[in-house]
Amino acid sequence: MTIEPTMGKPNQQVFSDTLLEIAKQNENILVVTSDSRGSGKLVAFGQELPQQIVEVGIAEQNLIGISAGLSAGGKKVFAVSPACFVTIRSLEQVKNDVAYSDRDVCVVGISAGVSYGLLGSTHHAIHDYAALRCINNIDIIAPADNFETEQAVRALVHHPRPAYIRLGKRPMPNLHDPESTLFEIGKAIELRQGTDVTIIAIGEPTAHAVEAADILSRQGISCRVISMHTLRPFDKAALMDAARNSRAIITVEEHSVCGGLGELCASALLQEGIRIPFKIVGFPDEYTINGDQPTLFKHYGISGEGLVATACELLETCKSQM
Amino acid sequence: MNTNELLLKSIEYRKTILEIIHHGGAGHTAGSLSCVDILNVLYNKIMDITPENFDSVNRDHYIQSKGHSVEVLYTVLADQGFYPQDDLFKGLNQNHSKFIGHPTRKVPGIEHNTGALGHGLSVSVGLALAGKLNGHTYRVFTLLGDGELAEGSSWEASMSAAHYKLDNLIVIIDRNTLQITGRTEEVNGLEPLADKFTAFGYAVRQVDGNNVEALSNLLSQVPFEQGKPSLVLANTVKGKGVSYMEDQMVWHHKVPSDEQLVIALKELDTAKLELGDV
Repeated sequence: MTIEPTMGKPNQQVFSDTLLEIAKQNENILVVTSDSRGSGKLVAFGQELPQQIVEVGIAEQNLIGISAGLSAGGKKVFAVSPACFVTIRSLEQVKNDVAYSDRDVCVVGISAGVSYGLLGSTHHAIHDYAALRCINNIDIIAPADNFETEQAVRALVHHPRPAYIRLGKRPMPNLHDPESTLFEIGKAIELRQGTDVTIIAIGEPTAHAVEAADILSRQGISCRVISMHTLRPFDKAALMDAARNSRAIITVEEHSVCGGLGELCASALLQEGIRIPFKIVGFPDEYTINGDQPTLFKHYGISGEGLVATACELLETCKSQM
Repeated sequence: MNTNELLLKSIEYRKTILEIIHHGGAGHTAGSLSCVDILNVLYNKIMDITPENFDSVNRDHYIQSKGHSVEVLYTVLADQGFYPQDDLFKGLNQNHSKFIGHPTRKVPGIEHNTGALGHGLSVSVGLALAGKLNGHTYRVFTLLGDGELAEGSSWEASMSAAHYKLDNLIVIIDRNTLQITGRTEEVNGLEPLADKFTAFGYAVRQVDGNNVEALSNLLSQVPFEQGKPSLVLANTVKGKGVSYMEDQMVWHHKVPSDEQLVIALKELDTAKLELGDV
């Protein structure tokens, strides 16, 4: 079923609301923060469940190490910190103490991507997919909207594995019909059907992919949209189905074009011997211009309009190759 | 185990460490020898960790932050019955073996994968905090090298240990004063170390870290103060027990030759005889 987007809440608000609701019934759930409960929308959580929140101060390495130890002591841990810091400042702790030591810690990267747009590149997290993709034994999830976020949190509570979830701070349009959509970690969701071009999206740009598909549809171009909310485990079958049943593929992510969804798809396609007109949309390998998230999205083509232009260019390539 | 038995045990452990390093052709020789007596006292006298209770959360825990001295840990765990000692001769530093050159949970009895320095204390703080939150009575013991204290993460963890009043946490520093490049005080000075730990909120005690009787007496008294993490500054000698290795930087990860092994084992056997063991 295709739904028209309505505006929802910030995904990180949905994360904290959902986790609070679950944690009230499950005292084993613990949130660990690095002076980040405000930006993580966890003030209410801290007030209602003060015994289930641990503060470590501005110390991301310690945040992850302590979280691993709490997990070893039997706790179900959500370690919440800005994505820009928790995936790089504490990368070795994520690698050794969580992933390699196989601890049940969910690293929660808040204000991810370019949520902190105007604060500049120190605060941009457009490297996290790449950093974590090459670390074995940690699942990577980036929900597109409130529905995916809520479902991901519910799934992660019963997911005793190292995991990373990436959340933004702007209100997100609702893209799914909750009644008819099944969310499963590692299983992509088709948001629009189509055969001319497929846009594979992850995280907050997914709404723009839907917008592009709807514009293209009015121009007589049939565009499939896949919400690839999980990078690991990767739903290769969804990618292959798109490659077999559409003429071109675009990937879009709020991430550097290096090492994220696009390169993952390109690699998978090449290794399956599939050649198809293909374009990775994301941030180029440079420090971004100054701007808030919408400005940066628009500037770098991570927008409905930008994706329409990319789709039309790719389809022209298809024609010239015929 | 009485003092004489502990002394004999330390000698046996030292011999095994040297033999497995010699056999495997690699290892952190001197650092393992400096902390043998600490692990001996912990596993044989102080901690409640056995192969039978290892899968239970509510027993004592040991995390070796100075993961490079893995040979002493492997040796002691074999002696505790976690696996046959022969596995070490077959496996240490062998391709496809689970006995990696740093602690790994693939080996029975090991709690946490270490090796990158400056990680063990934060994990130990988390484990101790979980014990408090869950109302468990276990204690968490962690062994740090002195050189690794240059890692800032150790001090982040120390702040949290005091902040959460983790008197179920016992941090032991293997203060052998040497690291791979030279004296700790020449590489990046640590002193006044006891004062620093005191200022960070630990109840600090110093001890001869190669004296099993002194270690037993001190570690039987933890926590040293209610509401504070305990810190044992164990003054040790790197390469302890082998005359030509003692306090010699070169033995950080040097492997004894056949001849050197014979000399070392002879010295240790002589020490054993002097204890009245036949």
